[in-house]
Amino acid sequence: MAQVFKPSADIILRAVILIIVIAVIVTVVSGWLYWHSGWLTDVAEAPEQPVPFSHRHHAGDLNIDCRYCHYTGEETAKAGLPTSETCMTCHSQLWTEAEALRPVRQAYTEGRPLWWQRVVDSPDFVYFNHAAHLDVGVGCTTCHGPVQEMALTYESHAYTMGWCLDCHRDPAPNLRPEGAVTAFDWRPRTGLSETERQALLEARDVHPERLTDCYTCHR
Amino acid sequence: MAETVKPRLYPLHGGDLTAAEAQIADIPHRFPLRKRWWIALGLAALLTLVLLGTVGATFAEGIGLWGNNAPNYWGMAIMNYVWWIGIGNAGTMISALLLLLGQGWRNSLNRLAETMTVFAVVCAGIFPIIHLGRPGFVLYMFPYPNTMGLWPQFRSPLFMDVTAVFVYLLVSLMFWYVGMIPDFASLRDRAPTRRRAVVYGVLALGWRNSARHWLNWWSAYKGCALLAVPLVISVHSGVALLFAMGPQAGWHTTVFPPFFVIGALFSGFAVVAMLAVGLRSIFSLDALITTRHLDVLGKVLLATGLMTSYGYVMEAFTMWWSGDPYEMNTLMDRFTGDYAWAWWSTIACNLVLIQLLWFRAFRVTPALLFLMGLVATVGMWLERFMLVVTALYRPFIPAADGFYTPTYVEWLIFAGTLGLFGLLYLLFIRFLPLLSGFEVKETLAEMARKRGEAVGPAGPRATAAAKEAPR
Repeated sequence: MAQVFKPSADIILRAVILIIVIAVIVTVVSGWLYWHSGWLTDVAEAPEQPVPFSHRHHAGDLNIDCRYCHYTGEETAKAGLPTSETCMTCHSQLWTEAEALRPVRQAYTEGRPLWWQRVVDSPDFVYFNHAAHLDVGVGCTTCHGPVQEMALTYESHAYTMGWCLDCHRDPAPNLRPEGAVTAFDWRPRTGLSETERQALLEARDVHPERLTDCYTCHR
Repeated sequence: MAETVKPRLYPLHGGDLTAAEAQIADIPHRFPLRKRWWIALGLAALLTLVLLGTVGATFAEGIGLWGNNAPNYWGMAIMNYVWWIGIGNAGTMISALLLLLGQGWRNSLNRLAETMTVFAVVCAGIFPIIHLGRPGFVLYMFPYPNTMGLWPQFRSPLFMDVTAVFVYLLVSLMFWYVGMIPDFASLRDRAPTRRRAVVYGVLALGWRNSARHWLNWWSAYKGCALLAVPLVISVHSGVALLFAMGPQAGWHTTVFPPFFVIGALFSGFAVVAMLAVGLRSIFSLDALITTRHLDVLGKVLLATGLMTSYGYVMEAFTMWWSGDPYEMNTLMDRFTGDYAWAWWSTIACNLVLIQLLWFRAFRVTPALLFLMGLVATVGMWLERFMLVVTALYRPFIPAADGFYTPTYVEWLIFAGTLGLFGLLYLLFIRFLPLLSGFEVKETLAEMARKRGEAVGPAGPRATAAAKEAPR
């Protein structure tokens, strides 16, 4: 009886098996990379805004407090985006003829806010509360990154659930002292001992064991 | 000749083994019952389409199409899941455990039982996923690297169960395939067309019947068997813990894992008995599946049935002994409540009717053994209905009481999985080696050796043919 396969069949079969193994590895690794890449997360991409507002100029150079524009953050769930009146408190005096600010003046005369594009858009099943975070001393730059350096505002990192949980599991290093929530130069504490950690948590009445319950963020 | 020697691999065989060996190797290439096979395949395919349609409707409309409601969260999806996975339990038991124990009579039954296992687990796996309502959420059961920083809840029996079932499916597939490799080679060598020779040749992985091949094969086969045996226990214990770990009256008892494993073996052996009787009569496999095999199957069925019955008695006793009013309530619901028919028909099938197997006639008469298999299979389905519904329909607060009536969609899904199982099994019968042929060959060689005849490397037949060749 004639041979069914040529001697090369062995090599072909082994090559096919090898290719399958490599394909599985490549799929897993590239899937992981894609899931963490800017293509999916839009990190460092600045959405186009009605005016090219620069946080670097306003917050960094001029040192205007975050709460001047985002003034509901300490009281409510949302920090709020500034109305055109807020902009006009200064810009009715400064750069009144600037071409770049035309949309601001236009919105102001029409009595409507600017159509800001959200930079950080958390999904609808996440109930994020700005006031709850600011109350215990989790400051603006802890989540929003170095806003004072952003010429155009972008996401400084991926807002994944894993990133939220990093802090919810160990919040102590990010709890700032009173009055420092809007400070740009504050850095997370490092090398905390267990007693210092507990003291920080107690001072702010923070209970990490409750912070990882599902219903803390999902209701 | 068969009476004088008792071979190791086919101790219970009867009749002409040489003819039987040629017969089973010829089934895929010269299939005897083409027309009937096509009719059966058409019916099974139709039911499979029903399955696709009803599952599609469930995905589109949601599980509101089912009878599930507030206290009866589980419903038929979970009953069918437990039933199918239970059937899948016996195949590996027969194959792996009896292989390791050196019980040669398993060789007549192992292939058809292993195949049953693989396909039953496939059918079972459908139900928990469609029961989620949002099937994509099954992803949360798997520990994969995710951006949520979350693992599954390792303490949950849900996770244990999913893991056990997937590992079981994987190991069963490996065991099934490895066991078929020498037979694939035999099919390759007998293939009438080149296309078939190539397909079976690839499946045979270049098998050349060398001593080294056999040595490696035996290590792989035994290794798979060693992996599989603990899984027989773990897979249905996992299912049982889904029930037992919740504080539900009627479920919360430590007897559940062994009770479920034994019940699963009972239903699995029942289906093996039905398949063995059926295939034996369709393909006249009397030489390999003898009445002595049927006798053994009947005895195993009786033994596992008695152990399952012991489970019913102990379960009722434990509930009564607990003195807990809710447990007593559920117990009385089983005896006299709205679903008492489920409890009593379970007992009628699995405790009363099964006693008929004490009579030899019910074990060795194919039709009667088939009937007993059917009784046990139906009885075990009723048991799952009883366990799921009687514990759920009257929970702790009377205000939450609610009845469960399966809708036609649920029945059609169940019928559809029967069709899927039939479809897969028909394809197996048509294209894969139905019984393990190489073990028959080895038996022939063994018997020839015992008679003092010379046996060449290719077996006694080839040696005989060489002798007849002109000198």
